Amino acid sequence: MRIAAAAGGGLFLGFNWSDSAAAPVVVDAKSIVAGSVKFNSYLSIGSDNSITIVSPNPEIGQGIKTAFPMIVAEELDADWKLVKTVQGNLDPSQFERQVTGGSGAVPHSWERLRKAGATARHLLIEAAAAKWGVPASEITTADSKLFHKAAGKSAAYGDFAEAAGKLSAPKDIKLKDEKTFKLIGQSVRNVDNKNIATGKPLFGLDFYREGMLFAIIQRPKAFGFKLKSVDSAAAKAMPGIVDVVTFENSVAVVGKSTWQCKKAREVLKIEYEKAADLESSEDHNRIFSNLMDNGEATVRRKNGDVEAAFKSAAKVIKAEYQCPFLPHSPLEPMNFFAHVREDGVELVGPTQTPDRARGEAAKITGLPPEKISVEITRQGGGFGRRLSADFAIEAVHVSKLVKAPVKVIWTREDDMTGGTYRPAVRYRFEAALDKNGEMIGYKLRGVGINSGNPTREDNFPSGSVDNLLIDSVEHKSAITTGPWRAPITNFLAYAEQSFIDEVAEAAGKDPVEFRLALLEKAKKSPAGEVKYDIDRMIAVIKLAAEKSNWGKKKGVFQGFSVYFSHRSYVAQVGEVVVEKGKPTLKNVIAAVDCGIVINKSGSLQQVRGGVVDGIGHAMFGNMTFKAGTPDQSNFNGFRLIRMNEIPEVDVHFVDNGISPTGLGEPALPPAGGAVANAFYKATKQRLRNQPFINEGAFKGIS
Amino acid sequence: MALFKLSINNRAYSAEVEGDTPLLWVLRDNLGLVGTKYGCGIAQCGACTVHLDGKAVRSCVLPVSAVGKAKVTTIEGLSEKGDHPVQKAWDEVDVSQCGYCQAGQIMTAAAFLKEKPKPTEEEIVGAMSGNLCRCGTYHRIREAVKVAATKTN
Repeated sequence: MRIAAAAGGGLFLGFNWSDSAAAPVVVDAKSIVAGSVKFNSYLSIGSDNSITIVSPNPEIGQGIKTAFPMIVAEELDADWKLVKTVQGNLDPSQFERQVTGGSGAVPHSWERLRKAGATARHLLIEAAAAKWGVPASEITTADSKLFHKAAGKSAAYGDFAEAAGKLSAPKDIKLKDEKTFKLIGQSVRNVDNKNIATGKPLFGLDFYREGMLFAIIQRPKAFGFKLKSVDSAAAKAMPGIVDVVTFENSVAVVGKSTWQCKKAREVLKIEYEKAADLESSEDHNRIFSNLMDNGEATVRRKNGDVEAAFKSAAKVIKAEYQCPFLPHSPLEPMNFFAHVREDGVELVGPTQTPDRARGEAAKITGLPPEKISVEITRQGGGFGRRLSADFAIEAVHVSKLVKAPVKVIWTREDDMTGGTYRPAVRYRFEAALDKNGEMIGYKLRGVGINSGNPTREDNFPSGSVDNLLIDSVEHKSAITTGPWRAPITNFLAYAEQSFIDEVAEAAGKDPVEFRLALLEKAKKSPAGEVKYDIDRMIAVIKLAAEKSNWGKKKGVFQGFSVYFSHRSYVAQVGEVVVEKGKPTLKNVIAAVDCGIVINKSGSLQQVRGGVVDGIGHAMFGNMTFKAGTPDQSNFNGFRLIRMNEIPEVDVHFVDNGISPTGLGEPALPPAGGAVANAFYKATKQRLRNQPFINEGAFKGIS
Repeated sequence: MALFKLSINNRAYSAEVEGDTPLLWVLRDNLGLVGTKYGCGIAQCGACTVHLDGKAVRSCVLPVSAVGKAKVTTIEGLSEKGDHPVQKAWDEVDVSQCGYCQAGQIMTAAAFLKEKPKPTEEEIVGAMSGNLCRCGTYHRIREAVKVAATKTN
């Protein structure tokens, strides 16, 4: 554990991520350095006034390295300029939720971080009160300073850090009234800005070690292939190549530079044999159609009598929505460093799940987990891809085989064709309306590929429709799949919100009014359990409608969408304008309820970035397959959104004082629906498949 | 293998590599200048942007043998203290999310503003649309280029 202030003496507070009820405890600096205390995060205040906070969660661009210390500094009344954040490494048995995923870091840590800051402040006050001979209750704090106004005394935190370090922490600590927050809610710049703008080695790909070898790996070129034979003679003869090793279905070219390995890989002669069906995108379409009608479905939620409702319906609306596979495309491709020694393993790299990497390394090497260290680097995006440990597993295999420190590097082509995709999915929605245009029945069937459950059965509109059936059918594919930013809902939200728009239109109702009426119904007479907060959902809908001047703008085609995911609520209005006969997305207005906003600057960008990501992939993202091989392998074939294609994104946060919830994902799911519904208003053509660019409405428009 | 003598950030470097090695990998693997990033290897994303005699180029497709006597500037050498107007604007506007593409964005913007110190918004968008940002920080990149433009000259 790197504790910057440990050398100088001062207050060291250990606190626990694994037990939110446990109080922070004062610890001895020497034992921290020796690694002998069982705390998994630290707050230290040095005699030099420096404040160091160890942030244990991986930073992938979600801003945790800035937001976490802000929470501590708020309760501590610290001068933000004196606060330093250090990325914690994986501490065996200590960090509990050291995972970045599910937008869960802030909600998980909110209480603990506040308690740590408040406890440190309490101890500094106690220390000052004893020295000054005044009651602790009369001491105030601000900007890392202690004051006793009546006695005319003041001191810096550093002056009392050592004395505070000799006290014991209280079991209960009073937290601030949230209304008095000074730092939380402000715009604080990313703590790594300077390092990023000057090109400092921060990322996994930037990690180099003296004597380290490089490895570029040839994985099976099609999903469904397995390795049959390898002729590596020519590759081994290439300059700089140290060895070519084989493990599982992979062939690793190991050498002295990335470029040499990459070139040598091109002359490998490898034969594969078929181990599973080699699927093409046409196969997926056929499989979807077949399973949609004939598949054995697993019921996910059932309320009332849906068949009777559809029989008695005055009108039935039915539509199918489909999306393609997507690679994650973090701009830093997968890479990982491993040094397998006889007595232990050193792992360094960008991972969203350091614990998983360690567990896999233990399995491969047979070493106990405590002999395996994981250093987490900054990560050039994750989007879910770095939740997998495949790249770490590869590094361990290769290092073990060549008995040297090795860095495995994926080229962009490897990254894009290497799997763990967001899988394609098809949904069929059916709605039954009575003669008054009330939705009396709702059916959703999802056909997924390796999805488990491609529905979110308890999300809206569940709870607002008396007769409802949500089920799903699964197809198992050899194409590897995994979570992709806002798993399932990254497409389901669009499909559902687009379909709701279709139903509202069929009912002859305004899309916003229609949604609000459903929510009022869920509130008054819920159909089964309601697992989202109806009032919070209503509030974001109303805020988005108000801020977008819904339905009152001339020459602007507006589309509405709202979604609850990762404990946060986001409503969006897309605005399309027709310019020279061409419908163009101009604006997105987002209303966001993520509870208390910690860092305004980071949160604003998180929402804008989520909207841009959602729109970009809905418009352009398309990965297709031929006989198990992806057709796209780099950004020339797979299109990512660029600056000239973005709308303005106007963001409004709900101020309700509720404890903060996630923001890394929730802005993405509603984006596609807001955009598709706006394009519909402009063109009268529904966009039922992604990418939109391939839909009829966009043919000839580009 | 051949010995290449390079002038990078006003310093002399030499590297013994194959002539077809892209400048990007010479910078990263041989010279320890890792601020220049690998993103796609085919000049599609701009993460590897460096200056060659002041002009923005994609170092991932530039063989080291083609560099010759040209002066190379990387993000590490854009300014001595990290205070180039573009670098400062990037902090002021708080552009970065993950930050991986930003060195390339900054190098593209710096070369662009040298050519066009007072650009219109349309010109900024035109100049910056060759650089991908997977986090979607485009609004802030656009804003930061505007801020930098007011502070250049």
